[in-house]
Amino acid sequence: MTPFTTLTAPAIPLRLANVDTDQLLPGRFLRKPRSDGYDNYLFHDIRRGRDGTLRADFPLNDPCYADAPILVADRNFGGGSSREGAVYALVDRGIRAVIAPSFGDIFYSNATKNGLLPIRLPIDIVERIWAIAEADPSAPLTIDLAAQTVRLANAEPVRFEIDAFQRACLLEGRDDIDLTLAHADAISSFETSDRASRRWRAPSA
Amino acid sequence: MDQSRRSGVETPLRCGYCPTMITPTTLFEKIWRQHRIVERDDGQTLLWIDRHLCHEGSFHAFDKLARSGRPVRRPDLTFAFADHYVPTRDRSAGARDPEIATMIRLLGENTARHGVRLFGLGDPDQGIVHVVAPELGLTQPGLTLVCGDSHTSTHGAFGALAFGIGASEVSHVLATQSLWQKRPRTLRVTVDGRLGPHVSAKDLILAVIARIGADGAAGHVVEYAGEAIRALPMEARMTVCNMTIEAGGRAGLIAPDDTTFDWLHGRRYAPKGADWDAAVADWRGLVSDTGASFDREVRLDGASIAPTVTWGTSPENAVPVTDRVPDPEAEGDPGRRATLAAAVDYMGLIPGMPITDITVDRVFIGSCTNARIEDLRIAAGVLKGRRATVPTMVVPGSSAVKRQAETEGLDRVFIDAGAEWLESGCSMCAATNGDMVAPGQRCASTTNRNFRGRQGPGARTHLMSPAMAAAAAVTGRITDVRLLGETA
Repeated sequence: MTPFTTLTAPAIPLRLANVDTDQLLPGRFLRKPRSDGYDNYLFHDIRRGRDGTLRADFPLNDPCYADAPILVADRNFGGGSSREGAVYALVDRGIRAVIAPSFGDIFYSNATKNGLLPIRLPIDIVERIWAIAEADPSAPLTIDLAAQTVRLANAEPVRFEIDAFQRACLLEGRDDIDLTLAHADAISSFETSDRASRRWRAPSA
Repeated sequence: MDQSRRSGVETPLRCGYCPTMITPTTLFEKIWRQHRIVERDDGQTLLWIDRHLCHEGSFHAFDKLARSGRPVRRPDLTFAFADHYVPTRDRSAGARDPEIATMIRLLGENTARHGVRLFGLGDPDQGIVHVVAPELGLTQPGLTLVCGDSHTSTHGAFGALAFGIGASEVSHVLATQSLWQKRPRTLRVTVDGRLGPHVSAKDLILAVIARIGADGAAGHVVEYAGEAIRALPMEARMTVCNMTIEAGGRAGLIAPDDTTFDWLHGRRYAPKGADWDAAVADWRGLVSDTGASFDREVRLDGASIAPTVTWGTSPENAVPVTDRVPDPEAEGDPGRRATLAAAVDYMGLIPGMPITDITVDRVFIGSCTNARIEDLRIAAGVLKGRRATVPTMVVPGSSAVKRQAETEGLDRVFIDAGAEWLESGCSMCAATNGDMVAPGQRCASTTNRNFRGRQGPGARTHLMSPAMAAAAAVTGRITDVRLLGETA
């Protein structure tokens, strides 16, 4: 996956709470092959009105934010279904980071495995970013993953927390299966001792 | 970043002040410790996975595995189920939509290639993964169990540590039979007392979600305890754990007891003979010790829970059926006011209207939340001798549930009431197989998500119990099932 180190770019303000993964990627697109690209499915239904045309009041439809790679939303972003396609849709649209007060756990994990950085920041910071991005859609944010900071315009950098393991994987663009296979001996010895001590665990029909 | 500790041997947790005392331990902690392969200094733990369940949606993960050229490490611990895309009506020709048919075909090809047991379309044990795996005895206390589906939390009803994962993690488990996890926090939800008549596990969990919010349990494993939980049969416990994810919870857990063991005994993949006895002896220790501490505690009074329904577009928008649609103008916080107003608008409701004034266009009884035999018995009990006044679909959670219901004559009750009696699958809950609610239509649904467009673009979903959905079918509006005898 693409490593994430630093990013200085404008943000899309999305004043919505509980943006679940069904809204990010409606279920009927889950059967689409990834090779086709998922960007056209991102927010497919909520970015359109009842007549099917694109809503002018939806920030991702606003040409001002067409190239902005940072999405800033309200609490509980990416809750619900475990569909990793929701992350593919964001990544294929060019989104590199999502900032929100809280995230669905599975979405958060899926994001980190696809080079998409999820950043938890308190609502008062999120509101400041919304205000800046709405006033000037080209105003850049600077995200520094190694330093774990987000800097708004000329303000002081704000620190965010991220698990050290997930940070390292993102910084290096590393596939964690390779890392796990370095522990192959430990897995095998666990497998053997567990089989001996709890033999009923093996499914036998 | 190197591993600090390996654990294959268990050592009891000892109190730091008095090393001869064993520290009281949570059920979660006991299962976690038994499955720890590697623990790193940064807190990441490599966990052994005892069961891995797949479905049609796992194709991304199989694709990733194929690109890496890796085999499935333990096909004998991996089981696959066709559920999300299967047709619920005529199955003789398979799925009509070529893309949907491809999803079912790919699952067959991927499982055959890797020697994974498939319960596919046409298998007598086909059904929804979270209904069938427990039915077959694959789900057992003390196991770690994962699936690329968020409702994997269901299996925690047996005292298994079970959670949903994304495609990358599915691929990781296929290749290594393990998963990196950071230790979650713990939350205990204690429900005292007894649930009232016609009040079910669905009402209980909706009340919990309304109380703590759709992200109220994020980052936590939730253990359910208390008299009301202990009194629940297994089907109802599965409903509670199933919807833990709707509160953002990583997993739900209920300590196994005789209800669990009696339900599991004799099932196909359950331990047999001396293994069964050894297993039960071990499982009896799978409880949170007296005095074990949780990061958070929430307490509810079971007797005060009413039949509960959702009015909005998040499961946290749940209220007692006796309540009213909230008025966004009464909300002081501007952000919350806008969110409430958007939900009221999407749902086509009038602020302040009584919940029981909401009319419905159709009823769906199904899903991994509420389509087990116990759910169908309850729904049939309400529909018996009555007529559905709106289109009503009944989709059993598994083919075995369907057969059992037919043996008991429940199918006749549904058909005589004018409902459709269909084949098992996720159907109109996930709406991925083509069963959809039409745009703008309102559906009384026993499912788990009332998200915008979840049941189809523009669909409006009201979540409720099987008894409440059956009552709505009879009257064509949201109805307090406790009063149905007086009103219908």
